[in-house]
Amino acid sequence: MKAVSRAIRAFGHFWWDFLVGDTPELALATGVLVGLAFLLNGQRIVGAILLPLVATAFLFVSTYRGRRRAPRS
Amino acid sequence: MHTSSTLILVLAVFAASLVEMVEALTIVVAAGVSRGWRPALEGAAAALVVLGVLVVAVGVPLIRYIPLDALRVVVGALLLVLGLSWLRKAILRASGHKDPHDEDRIFAATVAELSSEDEAAAALTAAARTETRKHDGVGFAVAFKGVFLEGTEVVLIVVSLGAAQHRLGLAALAAAAAAVLVAVVGLVVARQLSEVPENTIKTVVGVMLTSFGLFWVGEGAGVHWPGDDLAIPVLVGFFVLVFFVLTAFMRTQLPAPATEKAVQ
Repeated sequence: MKAVSRAIRAFGHFWWDFLVGDTPELALATGVLVGLAFLLNGQRIVGAILLPLVATAFLFVSTYRGRRRAPRS
Repeated sequence: MHTSSTLILVLAVFAASLVEMVEALTIVVAAGVSRGWRPALEGAAAALVVLGVLVVAVGVPLIRYIPLDALRVVVGALLLVLGLSWLRKAILRASGHKDPHDEDRIFAATVAELSSEDEAAAALTAAARTETRKHDGVGFAVAFKGVFLEGTEVVLIVVSLGAAQHRLGLAALAAAAAAVLVAVVGLVVARQLSEVPENTIKTVVGVMLTSFGLFWVGEGAGVHWPGDDLAIPVLVGFFVLVFFVLTAFMRTQLPAPATEKAVQ
């Protein structure tokens, strides 16, 4: 029983690390992009322009968050 | 299915597998050098078999039982998470905000770690040491873990891309080809492949996974991409551009070196 619960916990940890990890903003980005794609159902040009732009915006925010900062003196 | 998207599928899976297998090879060679080749190779082979079984066990039911549109949204979301995080890491590395992946450092650290365990066995007699090397659980476990952990991401990519395009066999073949190539080259030169431009390949894979992910999410949710599958190469071009622009911008955000600050 203990082994099963340990395995389930390890499985959960793996997916949490994989999907969220230290970049929760990218998990959020994916959720937003999926939601946006459903809102744009049937669209052609708007969807093709908006989805890559939103992905880029989230990528920018995430990359900027991960920048090397000057040590505080 | 257009030839262009099939080609990008093969390239993406091959490159992703290549990068992960180079990382795995570093650990296998380190285990082989410090604990003996037999357990290291057995561990690596066992992990490859388990990964292959995972592809079949997860991929085939996905293709058979899940409606294509739902599958594409789920798979697209998975690819987006993976692709965006690879691309982020690639931008941070290319702009100097993160140290590049260093196989030599990982190799040295793994050998040092395994050698210290080997010293404990040094007290054994010569015969006992030979026996220990033949059935070295540590060497087997380290090689197995290295290949399995690095390969899990490849399995996800193979299953995702293969299932979404109903080309699981082709995706698995591309991954296997990369694994065989790395293994053969690694065995021939008998060392880790630190010369492989891993960060560049990782950038390419990040761009491809993000493009595929976005395409499948849109497609599965009902967005009509202009040019259908031809939108994928356009997305690839767009994200390559994004990579260069963001890398250039991030270079301007590097903190000033400590010496300059001291002078100021």
